[in-house]
Amino acid sequence: MSATLPETLAGIVPAAPNLLFPFVLQLADTSLILAHRLSEWCGHGPVLEQDLALANIALDLLGEARSYYQYAAELEGQGRTEDDLAYLRSAVEYRNPLLVEQPNGDFAHTVVRQFLFDNFHYHLLQALKESADAQLAAIAEKSLKEAAYHLKWSSEWVIRLGDGTAESRQRLDKAIAALWRFAGELTTPTTTETCLQRLGLVPDYAALLPAMEAHVAHVLGEATVPVPEAVFAQQGGKMGRHSEHLGYLLAELQYMQRSYPGLTW
Amino acid sequence: MAVQNARDVYTRRLEGVSIWVVESKYIHASNPDEAEAFFDPAADKVYRHPTFYEVPDSIKHM
Repeated sequence: MSATLPETLAGIVPAAPNLLFPFVLQLADTSLILAHRLSEWCGHGPVLEQDLALANIALDLLGEARSYYQYAAELEGQGRTEDDLAYLRSAVEYRNPLLVEQPNGDFAHTVVRQFLFDNFHYHLLQALKESADAQLAAIAEKSLKEAAYHLKWSSEWVIRLGDGTAESRQRLDKAIAALWRFAGELTTPTTTETCLQRLGLVPDYAALLPAMEAHVAHVLGEATVPVPEAVFAQQGGKMGRHSEHLGYLLAELQYMQRSYPGLTW
Repeated sequence: MAVQNARDVYTRRLEGVSIWVVESKYIHASNPDEAEAFFDPAADKVYRHPTFYEVPDSIKHM
């Protein structure tokens, strides 16, 4: 991706903030929703270290979400704040992919969901830090350090569960069967993403796929788990068509601001 | 030998009450190339330190 825009596209640039807003919001929603899901593990982890590890990842993603929401609020320029965007939008206005709103299930389920997300997130950020948009590039550079560790963590656990006991393997297989269908949406660009990709502001997802697939093959190989056949990709979250799970999640996440508007402490 | 060396170097100022020696080949360490991913994320999480509470005057020795 080039740092400067091709001449032919230069005339379109003034429209970029309008296009960038929904994309940045999508990144923010994605990190916030997954952070919330992971925070549900707090106090329920299988062992102390993993309880903390899940909370650490949740906090990293929450921090990343804040950076994106602040930037989104700035791009929108309508006076809304990061809190307005997070707490006062309904499920149909949320733009996160379906994967991250899926319930935690058991530990293997959470690990597989995290692995699919981390593999995309890490490779996305690595490319996004070269974005022509300086603010996005800066957020990506900071978040990449965190995402690198997340991917290491979830990859290790896929291997451990897959090549572990009969029970851990059976739980991992079940999680893969349930969640693999949600991976495709991550790398399938929406119309907005396609436009931004042409402007050089968002990486070409097709270019990320070889490295992502190589990592999946490596990790599943170590885990002695066969790579799943290509499955039908469930999509819609990035366009606001969500599973019923998101409504319940937001009900909990937004409860205080909805019940006591403007509450601070 | 290592125990004696450690005693001579590290306990001169009453720093130690016990010395453990491990052969370096048995040490598993983090990779310096991964130092950023390992340690930087904690840098912006000031709330991990319990310094945001006001201690009431009646509480001594805190």
